[in-house]
Amino acid sequence: MGEEKKTLKDMYDSQMKQFFEFVESMKKSLGVPMFPDMKSGRAQYLDQREITLKFIISIENIKDFFNALAEGKLLATKCENCNEIYFPPQRDCPKCKASGLGWIELSREGELVTFTQINVKPYSFSHYDDYIVGIVRLPEGVNVTAWIREKDPTKLKPGMKMRLEIVKREPEDYYTYEWVPVS
Amino acid sequence: MSRNVAIVGVGHSKFGVRNDVSLPELAWESIKMALEDSGLEQKDIQYVVVSNVGGWSSEPLPAVVVNEYAGICPTGTVRVEAACASGSAAVKLAYDMVASGHVDIAMAVGVEKMNESPTPTVVEFIGRAGNYFWEFQNFGLTFPGYYALYMTAYMHKYGATEEDFCKVAVKNHYYGARNPKAQFQKEITIEKCMASRYIAWPIKLFDSSPITDGSAAVILASEEVAKQLTDSPVWIRAIGYASDTSNLSKRDTFTSLRAGVIAGEKAYKMAGIDKDKVLNIIDVAEVHDCFTIAEVMAYEDLGFAKRGEGIEMIRNEETYIGGKIPVNLSGGLKAKGHPIAATGEGMIAELTNQLLNRVEKDRQAPIKNGYALAHNIGGTGHYAYVTILSLSKP
Ligand SMILES: [Zn+2]
Repeated sequence: MGEEKKTLKDMYDSQMKQFFEFVESMKKSLGVPMFPDMKSGRAQYLDQREITLKFIISIENIKDFFNALAEGKLLATKCENCNEIYFPPQRDCPKCKASGLGWIELSREGELVTFTQINVKPYSFSHYDDYIVGIVRLPEGVNVTAWIREKDPTKLKPGMKMRLEIVKREPEDYYTYEWVPVS
Repeated sequence: MSRNVAIVGVGHSKFGVRNDVSLPELAWESIKMALEDSGLEQKDIQYVVVSNVGGWSSEPLPAVVVNEYAGICPTGTVRVEAACASGSAAVKLAYDMVASGHVDIAMAVGVEKMNESPTPTVVEFIGRAGNYFWEFQNFGLTFPGYYALYMTAYMHKYGATEEDFCKVAVKNHYYGARNPKAQFQKEITIEKCMASRYIAWPIKLFDSSPITDGSAAVILASEEVAKQLTDSPVWIRAIGYASDTSNLSKRDTFTSLRAGVIAGEKAYKMAGIDKDKVLNIIDVAEVHDCFTIAEVMAYEDLGFAKRGEGIEMIRNEETYIGGKIPVNLSGGLKAKGHPIAATGEGMIAELTNQLLNRVEKDRQAPIKNGYALAHNIGGTGHYAYVTILSLSKP
């Protein structure tokens, strides 16, 4: 269902393709990448350079989190010195300055604090259908932000019980976590 | 000892889709206005703080580009970032340079050209402004999405409705329609706001500030210099500041911005204002209405209304001229526009003009006590700056 449907990304991409083709034709006739803005007619210059951003982020000190995720567990770090729990996990405890914090597995049920549905998506999320993001409070006292498995935001309410599942994110094909309403 | 600091000149460009100018040309519009307003020349400016968030615009070192174009070189400069509060952060740094005695005259100039990139790229950049790795990477939150988390919680806790929030948009468009500098100069109705599409449920297009190009500049001077320049200096009485966690999951409440509360309390203390009596003192305020929910939370965070009663203030039209406290008579971020890092200087320039009775008649606040307040939030309550201006010297 929905596989043939045009996504927001298809729309963004076709708009940009049309735009670039228009500027290319202007460049051919004028000899410079100069074109009038479609609405105002004001002269614009299209940047002839392009940059791609794809970051490489060190997780050396929290790699256990990702190994556990692939095994179906959601972990947090806990300071053995002052008992503070950290989610997102972090190696260092700024409270007592201890380092090399140990790992605990978090409970899988919590209470929905708040949520939204993202309708106008960022470019890098524009291939998905509208998705709901929620923040859920766990008994350990930490909150976890994730997508909620629900299409209709009017069916959700703060205070509802939520269960966490480790899921494969498609089409990227990697493990992440998701909230599922407990009916 | 800290010295008194006065605003001696302000400039404010037209906000909107400014594809008629480049980034340095846009900054120059405000710089030129501020220089002429103060009677100063470029050589008199001893330090320039440039606020610009960028990413969506082509120049990675906007401070030097702007200063070269404006003929303010080799004075000394820096570019600052505090997300949507960058402009107020720039004013704070320029203030500190003068208050500390390092310089006698400093300028803060904010400039943003968001329309140098296509809208999806801009949505992507602003969405990343929080905690990129833990909250964007996997879950693709957007700027309206972050504030929608607050709106959902506020509606649930206090029974506010989407119609209530649209009343903020109606008010700010009402005043935007009277401000020739505003991006949107058209009044809107509740019906039009309610009929607009969701961009991040329950936030609709008309709950949201637009993508904006714009600039604004503020020139600050020591008391001695200010006395020579003008008979009507506007004094900076206080700048309060605070910050909050990058991850929204680490917040305790979603009905208030803690950084806004703390920044406000610091500013009130510094200016000697009792938070409970603020409505008797402040004549006019500009608050950070990037989304309608943000303006309602600002009423409560600043002590204009009790917790849960901010929504009553807008229902009862208490923030129009003639109400308890007029708010966002410029049109606010909602209608005047929100060129991210120029918004702070834009607020200070607007309030300076309000205090000096220099704005258009039908959006001029009655100035009784000579006090004005600017509340500028960066990100989703990540940064907060509250600046109090006054016609009377500290
Ligand atoms: Zn510790």
